Amino acid sequence: MKLESKIPAGPVADKWNNHKAKLRLVNPANRRKYHIIVVGSGLAGSAAAASFAEMGYEVSCFCYQDSPRRAHSIAAQGGINAAKNYQNDGDSVRRLFLDTIKGGDYRAREANVYRLAQVSTSIIDQCVAQGVPFAREYGGLLANRSFGGAQVSRTFYARGQTGQQLLLGAYSALSRQIGAGTVKMYTRHEMLDLVLVGGQAKGIVTRDLVTGEINAWASDVVVLCTGGYGNVFYLSTNAQGCNVTATYRAHRRGAGFANPCYTQIHPTCIPVHGEDQSKLTLMSESLRNDGRVWVPKDKADCTKPASEIPEERRDYFLERKYPSYGNLAPRDIASRAAKEVCDEGRGVGQVVDGKRLGVYLDFSAAIKRLGEPAIRERYGNLFDMYENITGENAYRQPMRIFPAVHYTMGGLWVDYNLQSNIPGLFVGGEANFSDHGANRLGASALMQGLADGYFVLPYTVTDYLAGVGLTGRPSVDAPEFKAAVKEVQDRTQWFLNNKGNRSARSYHKALGKIVWEQCGMARDKAGLEGAIRDLQALRADFWKNIRVVGSGDQLAPELERAGRVADFLDFGIMMCLDALHRDESCGGHFRTEYQDGGEAKRNDDQFAHVAVWAWQGDGQLPARHTEPLVYEDVQFTTRSYK
Amino acid sequence: MVKEYDNLDSHGEQTLSLRLRVWRQNRGAAGHFEDHALAAVPTSASFLEMMDMLNEQLIKEGKDTFAFDHDCREGICGMCSMTINGMPHGPLPGVTTCQLHMRNFRDGEMITVEPWRAKAFPVIKDLAVNRSAFDKVIQAGGFITVRTGSATEANNTLIPKPVADEAMDAAECIGCGACVASCKNGSAMLFVGAKINHLNILPQGQPERERRTLAMVKTMDDAGFGNCTNYGECQAHCPKSITLDVIAKLNRDYLRARVKEFFSSTGKPRKGGD
Repeated sequence: MKLESKIPAGPVADKWNNHKAKLRLVNPANRRKYHIIVVGSGLAGSAAAASFAEMGYEVSCFCYQDSPRRAHSIAAQGGINAAKNYQNDGDSVRRLFLDTIKGGDYRAREANVYRLAQVSTSIIDQCVAQGVPFAREYGGLLANRSFGGAQVSRTFYARGQTGQQLLLGAYSALSRQIGAGTVKMYTRHEMLDLVLVGGQAKGIVTRDLVTGEINAWASDVVVLCTGGYGNVFYLSTNAQGCNVTATYRAHRRGAGFANPCYTQIHPTCIPVHGEDQSKLTLMSESLRNDGRVWVPKDKADCTKPASEIPEERRDYFLERKYPSYGNLAPRDIASRAAKEVCDEGRGVGQVVDGKRLGVYLDFSAAIKRLGEPAIRERYGNLFDMYENITGENAYRQPMRIFPAVHYTMGGLWVDYNLQSNIPGLFVGGEANFSDHGANRLGASALMQGLADGYFVLPYTVTDYLAGVGLTGRPSVDAPEFKAAVKEVQDRTQWFLNNKGNRSARSYHKALGKIVWEQCGMARDKAGLEGAIRDLQALRADFWKNIRVVGSGDQLAPELERAGRVADFLDFGIMMCLDALHRDESCGGHFRTEYQDGGEAKRNDDQFAHVAVWAWQGDGQLPARHTEPLVYEDVQFTTRSYK
Repeated sequence: MVKEYDNLDSHGEQTLSLRLRVWRQNRGAAGHFEDHALAAVPTSASFLEMMDMLNEQLIKEGKDTFAFDHDCREGICGMCSMTINGMPHGPLPGVTTCQLHMRNFRDGEMITVEPWRAKAFPVIKDLAVNRSAFDKVIQAGGFITVRTGSATEANNTLIPKPVADEAMDAAECIGCGACVASCKNGSAMLFVGAKINHLNILPQGQPERERRTLAMVKTMDDAGFGNCTNYGECQAHCPKSITLDVIAKLNRDYLRARVKEFFSSTGKPRKGGD
């Protein structure tokens, strides 16, 4: 596998500008002759599709939901970072760059991260112009808050619905182009294969989820913005439909999958309540600005109501362990600390699977200091949501929270241009691996999705198109397309015909349990090896006993689920394998063998690289390749928030 | 529902036995209700988790599941869309179907589950409907024209906090369509009014204010949505508690645009933003 990062030469601060000046252009009159396929309509996908169409390209955009506005970017609550330094508190592009590199535990690519920090300011300009109703001060200027492990206030927000408002902004730009006829939008379509012609990505195969029709689409370039793979864990904060199929199908066609073991566990989610639960709900991290996290010091107190546990018998463990960051310690660290106290038997709330998995997030001090109306103004919608789900009033008793899978830093390998190792296949947003290293800081996902979509892909895809020229697009009658369509049809038919006895959901649950136990917040060699064996057995069972009800010619949720779970099973094995081979701890990847008194212990000598997995065939373990991470500007240091 | 100083250890899981009457309809065929019994539904489950349990039971019996739309299951994507006991999104105000929990139902209760019923939202299968008419309304004018890269520095545009807050109140709409489903006229004016209010009160939205309003209203009418006759059901069932005054403001802006159109020399709205 050829992995050329294509990082431009020169000082890190000049790389992007120098590179942009050298990228090739396409004559405006020729742009409409190129066809770009964008899969996914979240922040990265909508922004890219709208921007391409504005430039004059012919664009087709696909999403599995009934409207591009439903993409899961919509659920992001807290905010979006940008190095505007409106607060005069010492922020700068360089500071945002350094924070992100450190937050990623020195496992991100320096040049990509610097570019992300650079374009962050343009994103805010763009979104304000679109009418995104960011929070304002009385003077009419934009407001900011501090968020998720940052010591400056650089986060822009729209109440607790920043993702929604940014997505609606990108969706409105996309809608304008759809209305103008420059983007053809295909909703309720799922990408089920990538088509390569002559080694280049030249199209996709989709299934129309309403009619069951399986079709091929030819293009000059394919852009995947299909999100992360958090649902491999079954229970996560992701939407139900989020899946790995688009990126995994591309992986099967030769695209390298980078760092699949880097997953983010978000510390503030509502705890699991039972076996039939389908989803975990995130409570915005912004709650940690005013809430204090604690558990009883003594196990015996865990069954008592919080109100009966006096102050001196409470352990505010984040404040105790990380005095300078306290309750605002970064996500991976806060999550691990919560797991630790629960493993010690000091968790609170109901017993699920023999354990109490919950810690208190207590607002009583903030309510005393600021008054209930102030807390209601800041977090009212979150408190309401909490009450809806748990039936408890968090103004009167502490919330109970526990970490849950939230975001995945790994993804398809891309070079500096966001192009995968397959020429013509570009990957944006959470679907790629490039910017967050081993851990993502709060309010950075929205920033990266929009940076890729608005300000990186339009330049780099244009450069690629200028290189391939106008004669490169094959017809969908080409044998490669016919073969891919047939494969998808056969697989679909196989699912519908198989006389099994077990539902896709039950396999998904079993898969989730294995990876959450062995490849979740803490991992070790023996556990991962066992998980790989268990997953292989589960996979074999799946391909014998899966039962898919419904028919192939109309909406068939079980058929969709079966295909996605099949890919998650293969992917889960690769994720555990990646975790097994990374003999160090870094960011969200915590190997219990490699720690310094509970803190992650990196091994920069041997693991300052990206692990990139190549597909080796059905049922075969993938092969590991590496791209060394070269730090020209930043020095490795031990990440400390104490 | 709210228990003060709850004893957190007392979460003994209660369960319900339910009778479910669920709409079944294949594409291009007439629909009908199907009755099913479902036992051992935990009160902590969400309504959609209860539907998952029903579907798992159907799979065990080798029968087709009920198709329904859902995605984020945290009340923000706007995809879930069930009429529960005659009420879009069920009995609780300000709550989507996915955020409705079974503790709000009684043991032994009969629950009727139907799709959104509206001329402009044809049924695709069972409980899933086609809401692309909403997208068409946005495509007609629910945007501010701003090419990527052409925006000015964000803080050059001052927006008083009350104006930004009002725009945000309207922008909270999740486009679920409960307003249409609850309205006798099948009117989409709460949805359209929310978008008009979001964009038309912001300074950035002024250049296209008239053409936006006229284009969105025309597309809304063409899509087969009815008009508002002030029943107020939409406001009662909106999961984001968007209020009727957005419709009043929509009417005001529509009138304003038509008057401007009438008095303009070309008979067309003043062009702006192009």
